[in-house]
Amino acid sequence: MEQYVFWPTAVLALASALLMLFSTNAVHSALALVVNFFTLAVFYILLDAPFLAAVQVIVYAGAIMVLFLFVIMLLGVDRQESLLETIKGQRVAAFALAGVLAAIVVFTLRTAFDQTPFAGLEQANRAGNTEGIGRLLFSRYVWPFEVTALLLIVATIGATVIGKRRASRDAVAQETADVSEENA
Amino acid sequence: MIAPAQYLALAGMLFILGSLGVLIRRNVIVVFMSIELMLNAVNLTLVTFSKMHGDLNGQVLAFFVIVVAAAEVVVGLAIIVSIFRRRQTASVDDARLLKW
Repeated sequence: MEQYVFWPTAVLALASALLMLFSTNAVHSALALVVNFFTLAVFYILLDAPFLAAVQVIVYAGAIMVLFLFVIMLLGVDRQESLLETIKGQRVAAFALAGVLAAIVVFTLRTAFDQTPFAGLEQANRAGNTEGIGRLLFSRYVWPFEVTALLLIVATIGATVIGKRRASRDAVAQETADVSEENA
Repeated sequence: MIAPAQYLALAGMLFILGSLGVLIRRNVIVVFMSIELMLNAVNLTLVTFSKMHGDLNGQVLAFFVIVVAAAEVVVGLAIIVSIFRRRQTASVDDARLLKW
C-alpha cells in the first residue's frame, strides 16, 4: 500500500521542485512550491506524523506561501531576470558542486542506511501523535518552546520596523498645510 | 515496503535542488523559495529519522524548524520589500554595497 502512495508523490515532489527552479515567472515558482509543500504533507502522513502534516499544510502551504505571493504581487511580476553572470562560470560551477553534493549523499546513504528498517512509531504514538508531541514539547522542550515564543515576538517587531515606510518630511508638511487651509 | 533510505534519498535530492536554486537564480524571491525548499528537505529527514528510531523527538525538532522558518520568512520578506522600495530591484546582483 505504502509504495503506491510513495512513488507517485515522490515524482510529483521532484517535478514541482524542478518546475520551481527553472520557471522564469516568479508566480509559477510559488505555485510549484505550494504543490511541493503538499507532497511533503503526504510524506509526513506516511511517516506517522499526522500533526506535522497538518502544521505543514496550515503554516507552509497556507501562511508562508500567501506571504510569498503577496510580496511577488507587491514587487511586480513582469520583471525579466537578467541572465548575465556576475561571477564567471558560476552556473557551471553550481551544477558541478550540486553533483558533488549528490555524490556525497548517495555515498552516505549507501554506507550508513542501506538496509536499516523502520522501528515504527506505534509505541510512541499509542496515546496519539499530537498528545505525544505535546507531552514532549511541554516537558523536555519547554525551555526551547519559550525561546521560540520570544523569537516570534522579535520577528514580528523586526518585520514591522523594517517594513515601515518612513514618512518623508515634505509629505507631512504638505498634509498639515492642506488641513490648515481647509480649516481657514 | 518503503525503506528509510528511500525517504532520505528523496530529501537529499530536494535539498540539492534547493541549493542549486540558491546558486543559479538571480531573482531574490526565488532564491528565498529555494531556501524554504532546503528547510523542508531537512524536515523530511528529521521525520524519517523519527520513525526510523521509534522516537518522537525528531518530530518535535521538525516542528521547531517550521516555527523558525516562519519567523525567518517574515523578516526576510520585509528586508526584500524595503530593499525594493529603495533601489527598485529584485535581483541579488544589485544589492552589493558591502562587496569589496
